[in-house]
Formats: sequence, structure tokens, C-alpha cells
Amino acid sequence: MKSVQDYPKTVEQIYRNEFRRVLATLIRFLGDIDQAEEALHDAFKIALEQWPQQGIPDNPRAWLVSVGRFKAIDKFRRNARFDSIDEIPAHLATLISPADDNLDESLEDDQLRLIFTCCHPSLSPEAQIALTLREICGLSTEEIAHAFLIAPKTVAQRIVRAKAKIRDARIPYEVPELEHLSDRLDSVLKVIYLVFNESYSTSSGIELMRHDLSAEAIRLGRLLLELMPSEPEIPGLLALMLLQDSRRAARINAQGDLILLDEQDRSLWNRDQVNEGVILVKHALGLSGFGAYTLQAAIAAVHAEAPSAGETDWREIVGLYNVLKQIYPSPIVELNRAVAVAMRDGPAMGLELIEALISQGQLVDYHFMYAAKADFHRKLGQRNEAIEAYQHALQLTQQEPERRFLQKRLTELQNQ
Amino acid sequence: MKYLCLVYGVESLLDAIPDNDCLDYDERIRKSGHCLASEALQPVHTATTIRVREGKISITDGPFAETKEQLAGFYLIEARHLDEAIQLAAQIPPAQVGSIEVRPIHQFEKR
Repeated sequence: MKSVQDYPKTVEQIYRNEFRRVLATLIRFLGDIDQAEEALHDAFKIALEQWPQQGIPDNPRAWLVSVGRFKAIDKFRRNARFDSIDEIPAHLATLISPADDNLDESLEDDQLRLIFTCCHPSLSPEAQIALTLREICGLSTEEIAHAFLIAPKTVAQRIVRAKAKIRDARIPYEVPELEHLSDRLDSVLKVIYLVFNESYSTSSGIELMRHDLSAEAIRLGRLLLELMPSEPEIPGLLALMLLQDSRRAARINAQGDLILLDEQDRSLWNRDQVNEGVILVKHALGLSGFGAYTLQAAIAAVHAEAPSAGETDWREIVGLYNVLKQIYPSPIVELNRAVAVAMRDGPAMGLELIEALISQGQLVDYHFMYAAKADFHRKLGQRNEAIEAYQHALQLTQQEPERRFLQKRLTELQNQ
Repeated sequence: MKYLCLVYGVESLLDAIPDNDCLDYDERIRKSGHCLASEALQPVHTATTIRVREGKISITDGPFAETKEQLAGFYLIEARHLDEAIQLAAQIPPAQVGSIEVRPIHQFEKR
């Protein structure tokens, strides 16, 4: 038997578990995100007052949806005196229509609707990210601002403008039709991966990793997998994030310096995340239509399963890059492939591929390419060329840990 | 919901699109019931810009904004929501060489 003191805690737990679903459904009923948020807060306020006396209802989710709806109807009625008369009845009719018989099922659909609306490609990527973190993850404006190192006012503005566009341009609250689903899903996955990558590194500044966002991105990936279990790129992306995140503790040392994959202490890798990631990759590779996320995850899985850098199956990795290059041609993929080829066939082969990229004018602003070039020269004993490439790389990055790493290598060479 | 689809593009590129492609699409969208109005515009060298300041009309040659991509025509369409409007706009032939700006129509409320 729960004591009265426990109730606020229980309501809080229910809030944390249910607010996403309840909000998503209220948005469908009310047709407006702001009104739905208000209704959600009203419903929980009443829950805090009523549940301690009357007990928690059997289906708190349905209770919250229905109380939220009625609070919204009240508001419509009160505002009706001020608004033009003809708009109200249609809105009220949808509000008072009987509740769904299969509420749980429609709740799942509502969550998907909300995800696709927040990640609609007609919103700017920044707005998609802010809206997703706000409406789906339930982060506050301040939390989002802190995570992205921007002013809360900027985040608030982005969210207000995005909501206004959803309302005024009538961005639908719907799961896209099958023929557009894969394009639209790409845009959802991109938002999730951007959130994840934001936690991994910032374009400048001292902080290399911010944990909260990676946890949110992984949570979003899990939610999406639960809602759309047969889309291969969803487990692919989730696996990729888990496998990258598994190296978090090994990726920087106590001084905050960057440690490259081949020098990481593999005992620090999070084995639970590795195991889950590997299972998800295998699952994704078995589904038809897997793409770039799944292949990148497969590459990460080969690394994760190798006992040491030297024992990595580089043949397998080069093979995966060859497939990736075909379905997703990009200079970054070429560069990563060059690094893998260097590991398989020696630094001279890698250098040849990087020089081909440079002669095509590709990635000439990318510090990592010059860092890789420097590394190959260093391994080939070409000291001067290595020094020159490290210096070039240093000019191209503002990221402090990366700079310290490059500077360390450079100093080692200069002291030789 | 009404949307205005503004067709923009570099005039020389737009000129290369066969007239028949545009006429076919126009016929199709009109038959579908989504099209409320549509027109192609004369080239931008025919444009005149008007401003009224302190009761005086000023007239200048040329378009309001000098850009590489010019306004070349429009479709006023009726669509359920933005996704439907996007699908209709994507089929406008100039979309392949220029761009289509989709703007929801604002309803003024008379008081």
C-alpha cells in the first residue's frame, strides 16, 4: 500500500514514463503543439491533486489524455466569446468525439507522427533538432541551449518559429505514405545522428564530449526501433551510435587529450554496448534495404570485436568500405577507406589514395586528412613531409584536444 | 488550404524546357482539381517596379530584386497540407532546372 507521501513521486514517475505519449496524442486531438503542451500540464496538475485522494486510475495514460482534452475544451469554450463563432464548432466536434477504442495502438502512431513532424525537411536542421529534443525527448529550452552551447533565447526562438511554421504552413501530423517513407525516415535518422554527433565533438571549444545528448540520441534510436521494427537503417544507426559510444571512456585520457582508436585501452570499452551493437548490426544486415548507417556500424563492429588494433580484420573493413563507397560515394568515405587500406597494405598505399584525393581538390579544408597524411609519412620515415602535414592539419582545426594531439606528434618529430 | 507555388529559375535554362511539358502538366493539375490559377510570366526585362512614397508614385525598370534566378510563373493550388503541396510542386517541370517556392496563403480577417 502506497503512503500519501509517495504519491508525488509516483505521479512524477508516471509523468516521466507517459508524457511523450500523452503529448503526442493530445497534439493530434488539438491540432496544435502549444495547446497540447498546456493541456498536458493541466492534466498532470489535476493528477497531482486528485490521485492522492482518489487513487491512481487503472489506465493513467488514457486518464491523462481524456482530462487534457476536457481541459482544452474548457479553454475553447471560455475563449469562444472572443473568437469568431464559426471556427469553434468544428474544432469542438473533433475534441468531443468519443475516445479511440484502441488507445494504446493509436498512441504509438501518434509518437511516430510527432517524430515525423518535428523532423520535417521543410524545417531548418537546427529547428528540427531543437524541436525533437523539446517535444520528443522532453528537454527544457535551457537544457538544449546548454548542450549546444548557444543562448536559451536562440533555442526558444527556433522552437517558436518552427511551431508557427508547422501551424501556418500546415505541416501534416501524419506518418508519411509508403512511397515517401524512406526519404522522410532519412531525415529523421539524420536528426538523431546530428544530436549524437553534437555530443561527440564540437566544432570549437574545449569540451570534446557531452554525455547527455548521446544518451538522448540513443534513446530516440530505441524509440524509433520500437515503433518501426522492420526498417533496417534504424537498428543500423542505433548500432553505430552504441558502438561509437562504447569507446567513450577510452577516447580521451585524464588530461582530456584525444586517444586514437589503435592506441585506446580496449578494456575500457563498454562491453554491454558493444554486444548490443553487434547484435543489432547483424540484425540490420539481415534485413533488405540496409544502407550507409548499417555499413558504418558493421565497420565499427569489426573494430569492436578485435582484441587489439593489430589483430583487426582490415580485409573485412576495406571490403565494407568498398560497398559503402558504392552506395554512398563521398570523399570522407574515400579518406576512411584510405586509412583502412594503409592498415591492410601499408602506409605507402594509403598515401597514394590520399594524394589522389588532394589532386582532385577534395577535403583540402579537413584537418583529419592532413593528420592521416602526416601519419603515413611518419610511418614511412619521411620526417619533413610529416612535419609539414601536421602543421597544415593544425591550421585547419580549432578543437583543443585535436590540436594538443597534433602538437604532441609534431613536437616528437621536431625533436628527433 | 491554399498555397502559392512561385516558379524561379535562370531564364535561359527555363527557356530550354519544351512548352509542351509545361502545357501537359498544367492540363493535368487543372483536371486534378488542385489548381486554382496558373500563369507563366513574360521575361524579366519586361518588368516594372512601382513604389508609392508620400503619395508619389516612383517607377523603375526591372524586377524588385536583382537575382540570378527570376520569377517566371506561378501556380495557386489547393492542397490538404504542406506534404501534398510539396508533391504537386515537385511535378512542375521547371523544378528540374530552377526552384519552386511554396508559400501558404494568408487569410486576412476583416474586422
